[in-house]
Amino acid sequence: MRALVSVRHLTRIFDVSKPWLNRLLEGKPKAFLQAVSDVSFDIEERSVYALVGESGSGKSTIGKMIVHLLPPSSGAIKIEGIDLARDSDRQRVEKIRTDIQMVFQDPYASLNPRWRVRDIIAEPVTARGGKADGLAERLLEQVGLSAADAGKYPHEFSGGQRQRICIARALASEPKLIVCDEPTSALDVSVQAQVLNLMSDLKEEFGLTYLFISHDLTVVEHMADRIGVLYLGRLVEEAPRDVLFSDPKHPYTQMLFAAAPKLDGFGREVEPPKGEIPDPINPPSGCAYHPRCPRAVARCTLERPEMRTLGDSRVACHLAE
Amino acid sequence: MAEAVLSIRELVVEIPTRHAVLRPVDRVSFDIAPGEILGVVGESGAGKSMTGNAVIGLLDRPAHIASGEILLNGTRIDNLTKDRLRRVRGKQIGMVFQDPLTSLNPLLPIGEQIAETILEHLPVSRAEAESRAVAALEEVGIPAAAARIGSYPHEFSGGMRQRVVIALALCAEPALVIADEPTTALDVSVQAQIIALLKQLCRERGTAVMLVTHDMGVIAEAVDRVAVMYAGRLAEIGAVRDVLTRPAHPYTTGLMASTPLASKGLKRLNQIPGAMPPLSRLPEGCAFHPRCPQAAERCRKEPGPTLAAGGGRAACWFAREPVA
Amino acid sequence: MESQLSRAWQSDFMWSFRRSPTAVVSFFVVLVLVLGAVFAPLVAPHNPFDPSSLNLMNGFSKPMQPNAFTGDAFWLGTDDQGRDVFSTILYGMRISLFVGFCAVLFAMVLGVTLGLIAGYSGGTVGTVIMRIADVQLTFPAILVAMLIFGIAKGFTPVHLRDQMAIWVLIFAIGLSDWVQFARVVRGATLVERKKDYVQAASLNGRKAVGIMLRHILPNVLGPVLVIATISLALAIIAEATLSFLGVGAPPTQPSLGTLIRIGQGFLFSGEWWILFFPAVTLLVLALSVNLLGDWLRDVLNPRLR
Repeated sequence: MRALVSVRHLTRIFDVSKPWLNRLLEGKPKAFLQAVSDVSFDIEERSVYALVGESGSGKSTIGKMIVHLLPPSSGAIKIEGIDLARDSDRQRVEKIRTDIQMVFQDPYASLNPRWRVRDIIAEPVTARGGKADGLAERLLEQVGLSAADAGKYPHEFSGGQRQRICIARALASEPKLIVCDEPTSALDVSVQAQVLNLMSDLKEEFGLTYLFISHDLTVVEHMADRIGVLYLGRLVEEAPRDVLFSDPKHPYTQMLFAAAPKLDGFGREVEPPKGEIPDPINPPSGCAYHPRCPRAVARCTLERPEMRTLGDSRVACHLAE
Repeated sequence: MAEAVLSIRELVVEIPTRHAVLRPVDRVSFDIAPGEILGVVGESGAGKSMTGNAVIGLLDRPAHIASGEILLNGTRIDNLTKDRLRRVRGKQIGMVFQDPLTSLNPLLPIGEQIAETILEHLPVSRAEAESRAVAALEEVGIPAAAARIGSYPHEFSGGMRQRVVIALALCAEPALVIADEPTTALDVSVQAQIIALLKQLCRERGTAVMLVTHDMGVIAEAVDRVAVMYAGRLAEIGAVRDVLTRPAHPYTTGLMASTPLASKGLKRLNQIPGAMPPLSRLPEGCAFHPRCPQAAERCRKEPGPTLAAGGGRAACWFAREPVA
Repeated sequence: MESQLSRAWQSDFMWSFRRSPTAVVSFFVVLVLVLGAVFAPLVAPHNPFDPSSLNLMNGFSKPMQPNAFTGDAFWLGTDDQGRDVFSTILYGMRISLFVGFCAVLFAMVLGVTLGLIAGYSGGTVGTVIMRIADVQLTFPAILVAMLIFGIAKGFTPVHLRDQMAIWVLIFAIGLSDWVQFARVVRGATLVERKKDYVQAASLNGRKAVGIMLRHILPNVLGPVLVIATISLALAIIAEATLSFLGVGAPPTQPSLGTLIRIGQGFLFSGEWWILFFPAVTLLVLALSVNLLGDWLRDVLNPRLR
């Protein structure tokens, strides 16, 4: 298997300063938010790679950088071996950009309410000047809707159906990689199952690769082949699914698993995790998780742990073994 | 069972629209006992929040209670005047919503907001109310509570704000707390904290809780009994362990099966075909029949049986009999 | 076709229209006034600009009373030169409405374009556009219009001044009114730009101009329509004000404002109707358009539903 996407030392810094006049009057320096710090991973062709993390973990920012909606501050993203940000061959870059698509979280905001479904689905082709006769109708049937729906407007569909339309649009440019940013978190459980099944089917049929971004561990466990766990913009653990779920090595991953509600956890009395996610503008020193970590030692407060390979996993923790 | 804190009898909420009268809540009945946590689950639009809002008296016009009764400690509260309802609401019913900022006044320090609420509903002095406010904040786990009573809501993180809301909801010692998706906007780790807190405080005080959520995991861990709603009607109600492990209504069965946890190890998830119909296009008979694997002729013509409080478990003609 | 018509009649928009007496009444008032203005040459009993049809003996006829000398009767009386006031109002309204419509159209195109650019591109360009807007907003619109009118008139060759006056007027009022459009469109664009459908379009290679015109513009047109309607009322009043002050429509093409200016000279000598009827027409026209705009704002505002 070869890597379709390879991400190296990816970093993204946002300027979150107040306007310069306010800074001048209040005498405050510029403020920066390091949303993604030094993240490296590979996504194998025809696999599902999942990024999990809570708010502020940088998972959506990574997704946006991979689809080129945001430029990285430093580091590189190579797709099919080509760094789209630095490659000089414009034609090749344009060709590869059509290989990447995205499915968004909110099916109500991701479809233009004034456009007919036919035009929405065909946009990846028509925006680049292509012809798309009958394409929308064909794709609608592919995602389980009817060709007759092409003439309707988005408001005539339910949330689950809208997400199917989003998937149809993502398929229009015949992509290899689809970045799915929380594709089912706005949907109800019974509809979520339908959409996840559809995504699995399409993956088989078209040989797709997914980058699956989610905070829901149960969904990730069902969909992913390999999982990266993010905390405050850094990758803290990465492992194949079965390894991660049977033997989580990073204390943060362990906490996430323990805190997630269980369907068979009737009357479960567990000690809830300590503390909250720190302010990402002033992250803690050393390992960012140390203020909440039950196992933290002095070293954790001083020295940031590097990513180490442990068996099938990669972990960024001084104490993991 | 002790006298119920909240009793809902055949509650019907209607929204008159131009084309038809919609019924987001249709003949719903249930009781909540002191100290009991009742979970209300369902998909968006199933009527779970609408039921909670009807109890608090916060239905947005033109939605209104068309028939049925809501009793709080044996007294009807569905027909009170606005003014009296407001007093009952503050004193006897506490509220926790998804967005903590909707319950907090952004312009008042949190300590003051809690003290005001205590003063309005309990016969205590100003100084007593203020010291009780500090105690309430300590109880919900606000670190250095005495030093933070002067802070404004925006100075707290999302999880801490929700703690403040819980302190505010409980400070007048209400008999009932209505929590509508209290953890949906929070991260997993904080969600676990808030659920644990809510459970602990209500058990200590014997407060009844109506917990509205769409998250089956939260239901499993937090509640004693669960009511499943579908298209405005109560589909199934019973002890949480029974409903989740041996569902009697085909909808509950499908819902449980379609969670990724229940399909562990399967390549595809089990799924219920179709989606819940909008209220304006409910099918004849049982609203679930177009998606139901067991639907028979009777289901297409007759709506399922209406569940009475303390009565049957599932609103289905072919409900699996609960195993004793 | 028929089913389309009946569907449109059944739509939510038409339903709330039929339910609002204010909207229905103002709509029909505006409709009658506009039709009267457009078809003035057919409707008006006299052509006030044709000197051969005028009889000075008819001057100062009272409304609804036969003239003492000629026996001719006029609904709304005549002015000093014997012109039928009803006809001058119809012709005057033509000028007023034409100037109003064109000025609003001009302001709308300018404001929407600048608002879209400011909202979508942000950065320095956006800041510069909005600062200009803010500065202009600190001056009363009518003052700005007078200033622009004066400057523009200075640049017009003398022999064209009377011919060009109307266009200069449109330019001046339009330029004083674009700010509202720009501000609202910028605000709406800032909201729309963050939505995922815009992200999807941009990731599919659509260029900025395409996104602004094809994606964002259709989604911000609702508020634009509301402002355009209310602006129309304001533009008609602005035109009347300028003409009243003598810097607007020339006496050869009198608008409602010009008529009011002429009429006020006769007020104290007892010929009240020369002032009164044009003034009432202006009031009814501006009020109806404004009420229609208010209703439209309520209908198109989802929060008030």
